[in-house]
Amino acid sequence: MLMGRRPVWYGLGMAYAAAARVRDAPPAAERLLAWARQGGLLLAVLGVLWGLWELFRWAGEQTGLHIGQFRVNGTTFPHLHDIFMTLGEPSRRNGPMLIEVLRDSAFVTAKEAAAGFALGASIGFLIGVVLVHSRLLQRGVLPYIVASQTVPILAIAPMVVVWLGGRGLPSWFSVAVIAAFLTFFPVTINTLRGLNSADPRALELMRSYAAGRLAVLVKVRVPASLPYLFAALKISATASVVGAIIGELPASVGGGLGNAILNFNQYYSSAPNRLWATNLIAATLGIAFFLAVVVAERIVVRRAPENVA
Amino acid sequence: MIAEQTVVSLEGVRKEFGRGGVVALEDIDLDVRAGAFVSVIGPSGCGKSTLLRIVGDLIQPTAGEVVVNGKSAHRARLDRDYGIVFQDAVLFDWRTVERNIGLPLEMTGWSRQRRAERVRELLELVELGGFERHHPWQLSGGMQQRVSIARALSFSPSLLLMDEPFGALDEMTRERMNLELLRIWEQTGSTVIFVTHSIAEAVFLSTRVVVMSPRPGRITGIVDVDLPRPRGNETREQPRYAELIRDVRRTLRRGGGFEEEADAGSETDLIVAEEGL
Repeated sequence: MLMGRRPVWYGLGMAYAAAARVRDAPPAAERLLAWARQGGLLLAVLGVLWGLWELFRWAGEQTGLHIGQFRVNGTTFPHLHDIFMTLGEPSRRNGPMLIEVLRDSAFVTAKEAAAGFALGASIGFLIGVVLVHSRLLQRGVLPYIVASQTVPILAIAPMVVVWLGGRGLPSWFSVAVIAAFLTFFPVTINTLRGLNSADPRALELMRSYAAGRLAVLVKVRVPASLPYLFAALKISATASVVGAIIGELPASVGGGLGNAILNFNQYYSSAPNRLWATNLIAATLGIAFFLAVVVAERIVVRRAPENVA
Repeated sequence: MIAEQTVVSLEGVRKEFGRGGVVALEDIDLDVRAGAFVSVIGPSGCGKSTLLRIVGDLIQPTAGEVVVNGKSAHRARLDRDYGIVFQDAVLFDWRTVERNIGLPLEMTGWSRQRRAERVRELLELVELGGFERHHPWQLSGGMQQRVSIARALSFSPSLLLMDEPFGALDEMTRERMNLELLRIWEQTGSTVIFVTHSIAEAVFLSTRVVVMSPRPGRITGIVDVDLPRPRGNETREQPRYAELIRDVRRTLRRGGGFEEEADAGSETDLIVAEEGL
């Protein structure tokens, strides 16, 4: 609903319901009650957060609270309802509503993040598969993979854009590569762990069938790794959105959320609500990515109920 | 297959773990004939599971010769000459009962349709018809173990290796599974090597009981079980059954592995048996 059009959320909801139906579901009434309870809890938590925000702002204004230069007032802490209202207001004189602008930006960023996520997750998974078969490689390569994550992404992002741009690749692809850089790491680590989590007796069993490495990988190791893999994909899904936004900053990719953040940042003192609203949309995008992974997990991973996170 | 044919032959098998370390098995000589049901019994640490894995070529002996179906154990494994069942069912959670049983057939390239037919037969054999689409976690321990047995039998191996398959089940389920296993063995005519902790179970099921002692693992004696077949619940009430249990027990004691053999089930059985005599 925040995204303006209904297809994204509607689609997610349908997929989620389908996934729920596949499992032996409890009777409809019971399920409805469970959903209602979950929805109620969500509203309650949001309400409490809202209250805390407003309370902090109110207390800050009353007492003149400040932390260093940072003052708690209407500029630093706009009313939450004002932030939501801003979404419905024109982004500039006679222009489209802010939410429409941000929706378009979110789609640009979503495309980059999705490409980065797919790229990073695939590469991360492949590295995990290769490393699990060679202890020597594992010892030789793993430290560099860890080290790669200590590289400040903001510093290398412009270089990536220059390198890839120079080869005639579109700039959104450069951003995707930067997002992939943040995405692959948790996937590699967890894939490695997951592939090694196969029951040793299951491996003996496969040996008794004279199974080759590939069969063991496909029929035992990969299925055993899925819960680990999905744990990583959940982290990576949100990281890919962050990566895409960070990548947009130096890549000067027009139209993405990163651009919107830079833009509204300049007008923060006069219109703080717009930056906050942009953050809200960025967060929503991250949550949507996360939920997409959750839905995929429910469809793909078949485990005893007590083993499903 | 000729009745007198030897399916498994071990000669001078020795197994050390680690460099010059613990001797798990020493001087193991054993012949298993086609169609036999041979139990291997002994206290923990006597190397009986190791022995089973050597027959299955899952670990290599340090010395000695292992012949399975007239070829090396390695060749026999590659030819898929045996099926194996572990103490836990080791079913794959992500596969249905049907696809768990069909797994070995999938590996040998059976078509989907042939697999489905064979799986149906097997489910009937282990009396789990109608559970095709269930996932392992929806079954009880005994049912899971039956699925695991069906899986081991799927490609009709001439040899079935069982490593304490009913060790994790309660006594009631275990006795029922014993009866089922006998029925399956009689129906399929396969050869079984059955590792167990329970004297009563070994005597009840087997044609021969191989008794082992620990540190290093050796064969202390072999008890031939001449109880009439088919065996059933009344078998457990025969005096000969009690005698055989005592024989196995004495052989175990001779091997010095008796104190560690504190299986509650066999303990009770012995008391009942001796009072009856």
